[in-house]
Amino acid sequence: MILDSLVDVLTKNALITAFAFVGILVWFSYELSARLTRGHIHGSAIAIALGLVLAYVGGSITEGKQGLADFSLLAGVGVMGGAMFRDFAIVATAFGAELEALKRAGFVGAASVLIGVVLSFVVGAVVAVSFGYTDPVAISTIGAGAATYIVGPVTGTALGADSGVIALSVAAGLTKSVLVMIGTPFVAPRIGLNSPHAALIYGGLMGTTSGVAGGLAATDPKLVPYGAMTATFYTGVGCLLAPSVLFLAVRAIV
Amino acid sequence: MVIYGVALLSFCMLVGVFVGDILGDLIGVQANVGGVGIAMLLLIILSNLSHHKFQIGSATENGIHFWSAMYIPIVVAMAAKQNVIAAISSGWMAIVAGVAAVAVSFAMLPLLDRIHIGEKDDS
Repeated sequence: MILDSLVDVLTKNALITAFAFVGILVWFSYELSARLTRGHIHGSAIAIALGLVLAYVGGSITEGKQGLADFSLLAGVGVMGGAMFRDFAIVATAFGAELEALKRAGFVGAASVLIGVVLSFVVGAVVAVSFGYTDPVAISTIGAGAATYIVGPVTGTALGADSGVIALSVAAGLTKSVLVMIGTPFVAPRIGLNSPHAALIYGGLMGTTSGVAGGLAATDPKLVPYGAMTATFYTGVGCLLAPSVLFLAVRAIV
Repeated sequence: MVIYGVALLSFCMLVGVFVGDILGDLIGVQANVGGVGIAMLLLIILSNLSHHKFQIGSATENGIHFWSAMYIPIVVAMAAKQNVIAAISSGWMAIVAGVAAVAVSFAMLPLLDRIHIGEKDDS
């Protein structure tokens, strides 16, 4: 009976439960970081990686699409980690960012978004072709998915791709976002991701808002606003280019 | 007052997302074009204004700093609600496409970042 009312309280106050849960998860991750890696791997990187592992576990137990949030006890995690709070917190990180750094990287930042979209699309399209796809609609949809998991389905729907191909494009985008989240802190020193300028370009090249947000948070939280700023333009540019210019290019070549 | 900061933040986000939606409609894509980016720009411009008419007090700042500090926990929650299973179990092609796109994009960063060094030398 005590257990029942506990579950009842936790479920009714889902968002508050999520705050407590994530707090414990973050604390645990920082302990791991300090004790096992002596701070070499940042606590937030471990917390994000643990979050992904838990999402995997949650997904395999509940067979839902929302990771841990599919447990009714932890439904609040879905609200807390949803687009509304994510975007709100991202906007907040811009407070105190340097206007100067933005101005200096203005042109390269904008160029990086264009280059990023085209680059990912081409890579995705080449992979699709090498796996035996010959239909320009399917190739474009998978290429668009390699941009982000939103560009993929938007492009696929616009071009009339079948749902299997659209699902593949979402999976390609998800893989990208997960990999960017985990990989960024490790690659950062090697590719010179250590300044607002580099972060602006990085956000434009990668484009996956969640990947960039997580990856930069684990690398250096000070860089978050710069990367997030350009990344938010990426999906829009992708949805603009992929079903139009890029699709026409694919059709002309194939 | 703390709520002023939170409200200012909300105002920036709502305006940004609204403009982003309209941009998307104008261009004719079913997506929000840079809404969050526009919101961030708005907040940066407002916070860099040091007008006597528009001063952000320290309590107001706290309302914004709180949400800025909540950013990493929110990202952790976001990670915990990803559809990781779908990413892993959908077969090799999707994974190869995702991994290749990331690898190529990472490799591109040092090349583009160098453009900045060129500008710096000139000035």
